[in-house]
Order: sequence, then C-alpha cells, then structure tokens
Amino acid sequence: MISRYPYSMRLLHWSMAALMVSMLCAGLLMVRSLEPWQLTLLNMHKSFGLVAALLIVVRTVNRLRLKLPTPSEPQNRYQSAVANTVHRLLYALMFLMPLTGLLMQYAAARPVDVFGAFRLPAAELTDIQQFAVFRELHGLLAVVFMGIIALHIAGACHHYLSARRR
Amino acid sequence: MKKRLIAMLIVPLTVSLTALAQKVDKVTAQQFVDLQQGERVYAGFRRAHAKGICVTGEFVSNGRLAAFSRATIFKPGATPFTGRFSIAGNNPTAPDLKAPVRSLALSFVSSASQQWRLAMNTPPVTAVSDPHSFYQQLQALKAGPEAITAFFRAHPESADFLAWKARYQPTASFATEQYHSINAFYLVDESGQRRAVRWSFEPRANKPVTQAQHKDALHDELQQRLAQQTVVFDWVFTFAGAGDDENNPAKQWPDNRQRVVVGELEISAWQPQSSGHCHVINFDPLVLPDGIEPTRDPILRARSAAYAESYRRRAWERLTAGGEGAKND
Ligand code: HEM
Ligand code: HEM
Ligand code: HEM
Repeated sequence: MISRYPYSMRLLHWSMAALMVSMLCAGLLMVRSLEPWQLTLLNMHKSFGLVAALLIVVRTVNRLRLKLPTPSEPQNRYQSAVANTVHRLLYALMFLMPLTGLLMQYAAARPVDVFGAFRLPAAELTDIQQFAVFRELHGLLAVVFMGIIALHIAGACHHYLSARRR
Repeated sequence: MKKRLIAMLIVPLTVSLTALAQKVDKVTAQQFVDLQQGERVYAGFRRAHAKGICVTGEFVSNGRLAAFSRATIFKPGATPFTGRFSIAGNNPTAPDLKAPVRSLALSFVSSASQQWRLAMNTPPVTAVSDPHSFYQQLQALKAGPEAITAFFRAHPESADFLAWKARYQPTASFATEQYHSINAFYLVDESGQRRAVRWSFEPRANKPVTQAQHKDALHDELQQRLAQQTVVFDWVFTFAGAGDDENNPAKQWPDNRQRVVVGELEISAWQPQSSGHCHVINFDPLVLPDGIEPTRDPILRARSAAYAESYRRRAWERLTAGGEGAKND
C-alpha cells in the first residue's frame, strides 16, 4: 500500500498543470491581440500544443501502469465519485484540446512549424467546413476545460483544508 | 512545496490577466473585424475584400532568387497556384469601379509542409504604420470626407500614400494593375542570411479588352480576356537599402534600390468565387514557407489575428448554412 502519488505522476501533474494554464492564457490572448508579439505567441502555442499532445500520451500510459495511492482517510463516496469524474474529464480534455488544434490547422492547410525545427504536414486543399468544426470545438472545449479546472482546483483546496481541520 | 507550486501557477496567470487588462484600450482583432464588416453582414463572405474572382495558373521561376531564399518555389521551374482578384470592401456585390483598392491574393502549395499565401494591394504603401491608426483611418473613411481630411492632416506619415493616390490612375482591368506586398519580409538563404525585401506583381498587359462601366466591369473584363489569352505578371523583388526601415509599411523605398525579376506569373483560367477553391482559403500573409520570414512591421503582424477572426466567422456561416449565401450574387 502506498500513501503518495508516485514521483513520475506528480512531476507530470505539475508540469502539465502549468502547461495547460499557460496554453489557455496564450490562446485567449492571441485570438484577440493585434500586437507584434501575437504571431510569436501563436507559434509558441502550436509548438507547445504538440508537446502537450505527446505528454498526455506519456501520462496516460504512466497512469495505467502505476498503482494509485489508497486514500489516507475514509472517503465520502459521493465526493470521490465527483473527483474521479473530474479527473476523467480532465484527461479527455487534455487529449481533445491539442487534437482539435492540430486538426484545425490541418484542415486550414496551415503547416505547423514546431520550434523552427521541423514542420507538420497540412492538407494541400483547405476544407473550410472541417476547419469550422475543429475551430469551434477548440474554442468551446477550452471554455469547458477552464470550468473543469476551476472545479478541480476548488476540490483540491477543499480537500486540503478539510484535511488540515482534522 | 505545494505552496511554491501553487505560486508557480498563480504568477503566470496574474501576469497574463494584467497584460489583458492593459490591452483594453488597444483595438482587438474582433473590434477590427466588426468595423470592417460594418452594419450589414454578408454571411459566408470575407469581412474585407468580399467581392472577387478565383484564378488559377502557374508561377514560372527563372531561378534568380534562389541564391537569396531557400524557398523551393524560387528554384528554376513551375509551381501551380490558386489565386483571387478582389476589390476592397465588405460588400460582395459592390460596383467594381467604385472601389479605391484592388487586390491579388495567391496560394502556393510546394508540398504538404511548405505553403505560402500572399495578399497584395494596388497601393505600394499603407497610409499609417500601426493597426490602431489604421483602425482610426477606417473610422474616418466611414465618417466621411471631412473626417478623412482631418485624419490625414493629423498623420504626416501618410505623405507617401497620398503622393501615390494623387498620381494613381485606376485602369479598366485587373490585368493591367500593379499589386504590392506593401509589408516587407525577409528572404533567408541556405546559410541563414536574411535580407529585407518587398515585392510587386507588374503587368505585361497594358490595355483593357473592354471598356465596360457596369457593376461587374472588372470581373467581366477578366473573364473575356482569359477566354483569349493568358494573363502574365512579372514578379519583382526590391531589396531594402541602407536606411530603409523594413518595419514601416507607410514609407516608400527610393527608386534606385536593387530589383530582381524572379519569374512570371501566368494566369490561365478563372472560376466564380462561389465554386472556385479560392473562396475557402484564408490568404493570411503570415503563412510562409521555409526561406521567407516575417518582419516586425506592426501592420503585418496585426494581419494574422484579424484574418483568422474573419475566417472563423465565415467558416462557421458556411458550415451552418451549408455554403448558402456564398454565391456571388
Ligand atoms: C492549482 C492547481 C491544482 C491543484 C492544487 C491540483 C491538485 C491536485 C491534487 C491534490 C490531486 C490528487 C487528487 C486525488 O487524488 O483525489 C490532483 C489530481 C489530478 N489533477 Fe490536479 N491540481 C491542479 C491543477 C490541475 C490542472 C491545471 C490539471 C489539468 C489540466 C490537473 C489535472 C489533474 C488530474 C488529471 C488528476 C488526477 C491524477 C492523475 O491521474 O494524474 N490538475 N490534482
Ligand atoms: C493543451 C492544448 C491546448 C490548449 C489548452 C489550447 C487552448 C486554446 C485557447 C483557449 C484558444 C482560444 C480559443 C478561443 O478564444 O476561441 C486557442 C486558440 C487556438 N489554438 Fe489552441 N490550445 C491547445 C492546443 C493547440 C494546438 C496543438 C494547436 C495547433 C497546432 C492549437 C492551435 C490554436 C489556434 C490556431 C488557435 C487560434 C485560432 C484562431 O485564431 O482562429 N492549439 N487555443
Ligand atoms: C492591420 C492591417 C490589416 C487588417 C486588419 C486586414 C484585415 C483583413 C481581413 C479581415 C481580410 C479578410 C480575410 C478573410 O476572411 O479571408 C482581409 C483580406 C485581404 N487583405 Fe487585409 N488587412 C490589413 C492589411 C492589409 C494590407 C497591408 C494588405 C495589402 C498588402 C491587405 C490585403 C488584403 C487582401 C488582398 C485581402 C483579400 C485576400 C483574399 O482574396 O482572400 N490587407 N484583410
């Protein structure tokens, strides 16, 4: 029986948490801004978005491979069901955000330049309807993602505080 | 430990929110496109340069730019393109000859990962050198002649644009106009050296095949012309000289700058924009192949986000209306 999350999971949790929050902020800023840094931020968003896509695969494999800690205190069944659902949703969104981003760029025939090192292929003919689907999904899922993250953080804070009260 | 980590998340968030808060007085991409689209929304159409016609053909490179840019399109040989002639404005049924600006946009696909979009206008320079002044210029244009006179009086940087406007004689054909990149870009050669350039497409044709005055005069002239002949432009690059500011699109470079003719653009066919492929392309000039890089010109840098906003709107309209309302008339 273990009482803490394994190191690899904690490392992935915190690096990806920082990455996801930065990606959301970058996304919201860059679709509005007309400033000269917009293009730089857009390119970073796409490059780090690819990193996020790779990390979530690693994280999922790691999660399936490792044993989770047993809760240190008796858990409220309702609470843990909510926490589990939130975690599943977070995983799903961490997959869907980069996926819709990449597909949107593919459909719009915009090759993604990854850190100036290499380029991802894109469609040679634009498909505007496919673009519309992935563009709107990317925007919509981002809003859902922010809501779920807020819920998750609120849950974590609640858990932390109630554990201290005991 | 946990507190430090939480701080690591909160700090970038606060920084971004502060940055966002400072932006409120700056024009956003959404506000810009709102102004361009105006009161009446033409669903499915571009919010700017809404009226246009698709063209196809090929660019035949003579290889003279290959020493300056590693972009494959400049190696000797031909690359096909999809393009679009258009007139400025939000109205897809506007009268051709009333538009102050005419345009040519091109899309080259060298390979799945090397694509290039170009969007060019008839003036060689812009009237202003940043998107916020450009927004005010559009507001003044909408407000009427007095506002625009006042605007130019307050913007001495418009001198080169006004000088062009005074000598410019619109022709009766898309095929006899010059189209300019206006914004500068860098060519990047094999060794990584960068050189600032502007380019233009210069017509081989010198007279219109019809002298029509009606609403679709330019579109009809092009169709009649293409029924008889290929429309050819020379693609000419101009290199920045000492003292030329590549980040200022309002300033004309002197005439004596090095010019290189890099090949011919041969337009061989047209398609109505309702069915042609050009209608679904976002001619964002910041989609660039390896070998061409953007300058920090604030107007150029503002274009990507604005084009994306306009494209997002019309893409959604196309999806939900099944492409209806995307007809030219
Ligand atoms: C201040 C921010 C955050 C705090 C304090 C926090 C805290 C925690 C805690 C305490 C756990 C363990 C919960 C348990 O075992 O019941 C956890 C798990 C988790 N967190 Fe966070 N988190 C934060 C941000 C994020 C963000 C931004 C994401 C992703 C977008 C995220 C995704 C996850 C996931 C998916 C799990 C489930 C464990 C796993 O399978 O990896 N967290 N978080
Ligand atoms: C974790 C991954 C990602 C997150 C959290 C994320 C988040 C966001 C957000 C919040 C926006 C603004 C949406 C709006 O306001 O409507 C956005 C826009 C955008 N994202 Fe992402 N994104 C991710 C991955 C990617 C990837 C991998 C790509 C492409 C390679 C990408 C490409 C884009 C583009 C091009 C836009 C702007 C679209 C436009 O201006 O029309 N994103 N993203
Ligand atoms: C801040 C400056 C500018 C803004 C905000 C802006 C905005 C726009 C927008 C929103 C579109 C419609 C895009 C679409 O839905 O596909 C457009 C199209 C176009 N713009 Fe600009 N523009 C700017 C500067 C310029 C400049 C300097 C040029 C010329 C060099 C130019 C040439 C064009 C052309 C040719 C098109 C039509 C492209 C096509 O046929 O699809 N624009 N512009």
